[in-house]
Amino acid sequence: MTEIYGDPSEELAPPVPVLEALDITRHFGSVIANDHVSLAIMPGEIHALLGDNGAGKSTLAKIVYGSLHPDAGEIRIAGETVAMTSPAVALANGVAMLFQGFTLFEQLTVAENLALAMPSGSAPDDLAGLISEVSTGYDLALDPALPVSHLSAGQRQRVEIARAILHKPKLVILDEPTAVLTLQEQARLFAILARLAGEGCAILYLTRRPEEVGALCHRATVLRQGRVVAEVDPRQETAASLSHLMVGSEIADLRLANDDAVKGPPLLGMKELSVHGGEIVAIVGIAGNGEAELFAAISGERPVGDGGSVVIRGRACGFMGITARRRLGAAFVPDRRLGHAAIGDFDLTRNIVLTRYPENLGMVRGGVVDYEVARRIMSRVCEMFGVQKGKRDPKARTLSAGNLQKFVIGREIDRKPGVLVVHQPTAGVDATSAARIRQELLDLARGGSAVLVISQDLDEVFAIADRAAVLSRGTLSPARPIGELSRESVGLAMAGAA
Amino acid sequence: MRTIRGIGFILERRAEPSWLLALLSPLIAIALTMVTGAIVFAALGLNPLHALFVFFIAPLTTGSLERLALTAAPLVLIACGLCLCFRARVWNIGAEGQFIMGAIAGSLFPVFLTGWQSSLVTVLMLALGIIGGMAWAAIPAFLKSRFGASEILTSVLLVYVAQRLLDWLLSGPWRDPQSSGIAKSVSFAGGQLLPTFGGTLHLVVAFAVAAAVALAFLLANGMKGYEIKVSGLAPKAARFAGFSRSGLVWFTFLLSGGLSGLAGISELMTTVKQLQPVIAPSSGFTAIIVAFLGRLNPLGAMIAGLVIAVTHVGGETAGAALGISPKVSQVFQGILLLCILGCDALVHHRVALSGLPRLRLRIG
Repeated sequence: MTEIYGDPSEELAPPVPVLEALDITRHFGSVIANDHVSLAIMPGEIHALLGDNGAGKSTLAKIVYGSLHPDAGEIRIAGETVAMTSPAVALANGVAMLFQGFTLFEQLTVAENLALAMPSGSAPDDLAGLISEVSTGYDLALDPALPVSHLSAGQRQRVEIARAILHKPKLVILDEPTAVLTLQEQARLFAILARLAGEGCAILYLTRRPEEVGALCHRATVLRQGRVVAEVDPRQETAASLSHLMVGSEIADLRLANDDAVKGPPLLGMKELSVHGGEIVAIVGIAGNGEAELFAAISGERPVGDGGSVVIRGRACGFMGITARRRLGAAFVPDRRLGHAAIGDFDLTRNIVLTRYPENLGMVRGGVVDYEVARRIMSRVCEMFGVQKGKRDPKARTLSAGNLQKFVIGREIDRKPGVLVVHQPTAGVDATSAARIRQELLDLARGGSAVLVISQDLDEVFAIADRAAVLSRGTLSPARPIGELSRESVGLAMAGAA
Repeated sequence: MRTIRGIGFILERRAEPSWLLALLSPLIAIALTMVTGAIVFAALGLNPLHALFVFFIAPLTTGSLERLALTAAPLVLIACGLCLCFRARVWNIGAEGQFIMGAIAGSLFPVFLTGWQSSLVTVLMLALGIIGGMAWAAIPAFLKSRFGASEILTSVLLVYVAQRLLDWLLSGPWRDPQSSGIAKSVSFAGGQLLPTFGGTLHLVVAFAVAAAVALAFLLANGMKGYEIKVSGLAPKAARFAGFSRSGLVWFTFLLSGGLSGLAGISELMTTVKQLQPVIAPSSGFTAIIVAFLGRLNPLGAMIAGLVIAVTHVGGETAGAALGISPKVSQVFQGILLLCILGCDALVHHRVALSGLPRLRLRIG
């Protein structure tokens, strides 16, 4: 009997969690990032840590991984309290982590990168065998001889996974691993994680996308403002109910496109694409495919020196600078908030002046700035867009990402621009603010303006755009109505396959 | 992710620097300089209190005040312009050269029309001084905006060119024919000198105050001041706002060059009263210290200019009264700059112990 069923005493013993975090508390200055956070993960469990930006997910992960020390609370590994004083201690206890960024050596090959991660003394010969074993066993499809600099984001991530697996971890932590992936790569990642979990490895999966949790995870701990607000079985929840837990209030459903809306005249024209009044056109592309250059060329930050390359309201303005284009009624919002769209050390009033001084508002008279005029616009923008701020006129850097983004977009929409070009309207922004921003973009377009959105976020594009074009390796595909596109086809085109 | 191994001290950025401390920081720095100075004097075998009095207090007594203002004025004029340059992150290090060129250009009238001493020539000399400084500053501005050449190098190298040009002029073409072998121009007289006002204060003091007030206003409320601040803090945001970087390079260089040139010719029209190889040694370089000491604010530079002038005048007095080298004033300027930079760092940062958890681990 015992030979077939194993040791009965072992079978009867209550299962011990791989990891327990108990009452973890951590402050950053006056901000509390983790407020008595507790969670437990069983072997073979894919456990989601779901929360909006700033909810405290990464803080908890870093504490578990030993790269951040808690103010209070304890970590238990397999029932034993462990002082996670450094990542080395975490690794020794079977905890591995994949970071949001990538931590590979660019100039080294896949095999060399993996060899560096091994404990000293392991011979390279058996390592090659080990790599191919891990690569085929988990369907990682890695070529050990390729330098990392040649790999795509997804392939790099799989190298990191292989590196983690080589340590035979009991728990792997992933921090928003899909942020940089195409849909195809994402599906592949999920299959790898399911296989890993099937072998008994526990996975702590940090995300702010409820739909991923439903597709992948066995349990989910929801964090909001540093606290655990719920622990749920994601299979019993919907993406909407998870979102609700995550942000605390129902995300307003977008008032969707009115199909009867009359399409206005073309207000923004480029060689490959024109945007008409009343519509939102999206340009989709993974970062680094020329979207930053495209934004600079359309905005006039870097005029391309070809008169007809950009046409705003019928005027060829390829040679014009950004101020002249603004005077034609165009408005622009770049992707980087601090240091580009706004100046962190300036208060909000002074940040209004940055893009609004060319208008005839009486803001600048005889070379002197009337900050009172700017202050009135600042108050109006903050009120209209629900910008939460502690002080009356705080410095831009003290605002949260969502509030600052509402401010920099509100600053332009306040002008009622005929043409609005926005690069990454909601990247890194909390879900509530993102919903608000998307609604404002829709309302602006319905009011007759032409809106061009450059985005990597497919959910966003499918939520608000009337037409979409894909930018891949510097070339723009023709824009097609959103109804004729599928996420899969756009995803493939983004990755350069189509 | 930065991990700190072992224990030590690190500077952590403060979330909200205290405005009170920011205001007091220059005063604390001056106090620290006094303390350090006292130690230096004691080490030289002098009574530290007496020495400090001679050095720092005596220049403030009534008899020396005009001298103090006259010493400070050119420094303040140059430093005001530099404040705007440095705010915009345009590094004009060559104010000394622009100062010399202003002096040379302004001297054209006395050298070639020695007899013309009406008050019209006063105005013309000042105008030529400004133009001379601007012209010299235009060279690095052009090289920067046209070819992207580092303005730090070009502006500072032009200082030596200006100095050699001055030496050459005085060694021959512009030398006073009456002077027997001494390298100097004719002496200035009449309208070739600046008039005084309110008793004995030279007009240059009024120029300095006016420049400081006007530029402080420009920086705080002017559109150009806004452009300068944005360009210095966030170049990308400046491009986004549509500000022209090369336009700003030209503006700040011409402004600071013109003010340096004005300082140069004013120096000749007040204290020196002739063109000579050494006008006011290193004024253009000292003004860099003044600008930073004044926190790159023209009004601050006015106060800082006075503080530096105190060390100059005090150094001369101390040289006579205590028998120490007048170079001691330079030592004080160095200590003062070090203290002010240190205090500034502590206003914006705090010292934190690092690596404590690791330490606990080692003990346990």
